[in-house]
Amino acid sequence: MLDLTASALAEKIREGEISASEAAETANNRVEEVEGSVNALLTRTPEVALERAGRVDVRLRNGGVQPWEAVPLVVKDVLSTKGVRTTCGSKILEDFTPLYDASALVNFGEDLVMVGKANMDEFAMGSSTENSAYGPTRNPWDLARVPGGSSGGSAAAVAAGEGWWALGTDTGGSVRQPAALCGIVGLKPTYGRVSRYGLIAFGSSLDCIGPMTRDVRDAALLLQAIAGHDPLDSTTSTAQVPDYLADLEGGVSGMKIGVVKELMDERIDLGVRDVVGRIVDELEAAGAEVGEASLPHAYYALEAYYIIAPAEISSNLARFDGVRYGLREQADGVHEMYRKTRERGFGDEAKRRIMLGTYALSSGYYDAYYAQAQKVRTRMIGDFRHALWHYDVLISPTSPSVAFEIGAKTDDPLAMYLQDICAVPASLAGIPAISVPGGLSDGLPVGVQLMSNHFTEPLLLRAARATEEVSGFRFDLKP
Amino acid sequence: MISEEQVRHVANLARLGLTDEEISRIGGQLDAILDSIEKIRELDLEDVPPTANPLDLTNVLRPDEPRGELAPDIALSTAPDPVDDMFAVPRID
Repeated sequence: MLDLTASALAEKIREGEISASEAAETANNRVEEVEGSVNALLTRTPEVALERAGRVDVRLRNGGVQPWEAVPLVVKDVLSTKGVRTTCGSKILEDFTPLYDASALVNFGEDLVMVGKANMDEFAMGSSTENSAYGPTRNPWDLARVPGGSSGGSAAAVAAGEGWWALGTDTGGSVRQPAALCGIVGLKPTYGRVSRYGLIAFGSSLDCIGPMTRDVRDAALLLQAIAGHDPLDSTTSTAQVPDYLADLEGGVSGMKIGVVKELMDERIDLGVRDVVGRIVDELEAAGAEVGEASLPHAYYALEAYYIIAPAEISSNLARFDGVRYGLREQADGVHEMYRKTRERGFGDEAKRRIMLGTYALSSGYYDAYYAQAQKVRTRMIGDFRHALWHYDVLISPTSPSVAFEIGAKTDDPLAMYLQDICAVPASLAGIPAISVPGGLSDGLPVGVQLMSNHFTEPLLLRAARATEEVSGFRFDLKP
Repeated sequence: MISEEQVRHVANLARLGLTDEEISRIGGQLDAILDSIEKIRELDLEDVPPTANPLDLTNVLRPDEPRGELAPDIALSTAPDPVDDMFAVPRID
């Protein structure tokens, strides 16, 4: 059962060969088996999984269950889960239990078979999951290495088979980069396609909830399950949700694919460029029209992102003040209480970004930094509009390197930020982007990133499915 | 170059307590990060409009009606110091 994709498992459950309860029990056992070495989960929820799977089994007999509902899922610990502790990887929320479920989880179904809440960089800030207050997650491919981040727990859980799929969140690559480093598929949908209600906010103009799965078909199915307009999130789109599975096998014959030259330069490790180059050749052989695309402002995207995202997080983290929820440190006056609570509750990276964001928004620096970054964002969107006028889909690496060793970049925030260079352009533009395993470099997985226009996920998934097909890479349970 | 005084000023704006060690270490890291971010200032973007949100939605409205709000005792169940029907805080100074 552990070798099946989520889609294949759903099919077997529908046919009555396997029950939802059996699937939940298998996932729970696998968690017990591998968690000691992987540390992908902050909270295990075996009873929740079994109880809800039991209800799904009852509902299966009566009909009306969606094909995905019986397949056990891992949820990043930044998504609010009613009655189940939600920490965001932070000490400040160590004992916080939300009062409602995130809308994406409500959309998924009434009995979400949740195996556990996944480890993450604190408040989703990081590219290695080492910024978690609860210890790093280990990459199932090599336990001495990071799984990427910030959704590293979700990625490692899928790679290790602790549940058949997972939800992550992506602000500047946090679904795609860990998916790449763990050899799975990670999809950041168009901004506004999936409701952010109940997602504890990082960068409100950038945050997207996305599927992390064993293959492209599973990503399409999971997006189908969570997408749609939500009156509780005014930034969700009212555009109709298409059938993400219908065109999946359409292939790339005649599709115009542009290789982003700014994301294939010497900043990207040679082994990674080699894998992407080989995939491009294979896609061309499969009938795609391949050419070179240019996103000139990609050279400024990381810098703009590291102003906009900290500015937004410094505002969003203001709510953690020891008053309504979370940690409180005692003090005589309210201001000292705020300062002590936040000093004690936030880790290093959260403090750095609060400082950076507050500085960039403060009087005298606003125009030089924040306003300028917002203008770069306009230019970045223009670059994509131009490139996607010529091409249907753009292709690049997902990450400049394969998984690195735990501890290798923790003392150098700038080196860590560079992990995001390929991912942030799509985040700034709000377009959908997906990472698909392309092959191996030094025995570790390399992700290929595909990007397309707003709300063209069916086209993007079709290209991703073809990429998966030509790559020859197949999901293989680790460790 | 960001001065120690500026670092303390920004920490105060953010109501963030920092130890002397953090002031010095995070201050140094901020310097390095700001140095690299400086690069965007070389672009001439004077006439470019800023983008706050990537979608072109404007003024999304809904009827101003109460809907399924949390009852006071439920809303207070996560609070570190609830008193009667209120969130209690230390003296406002």
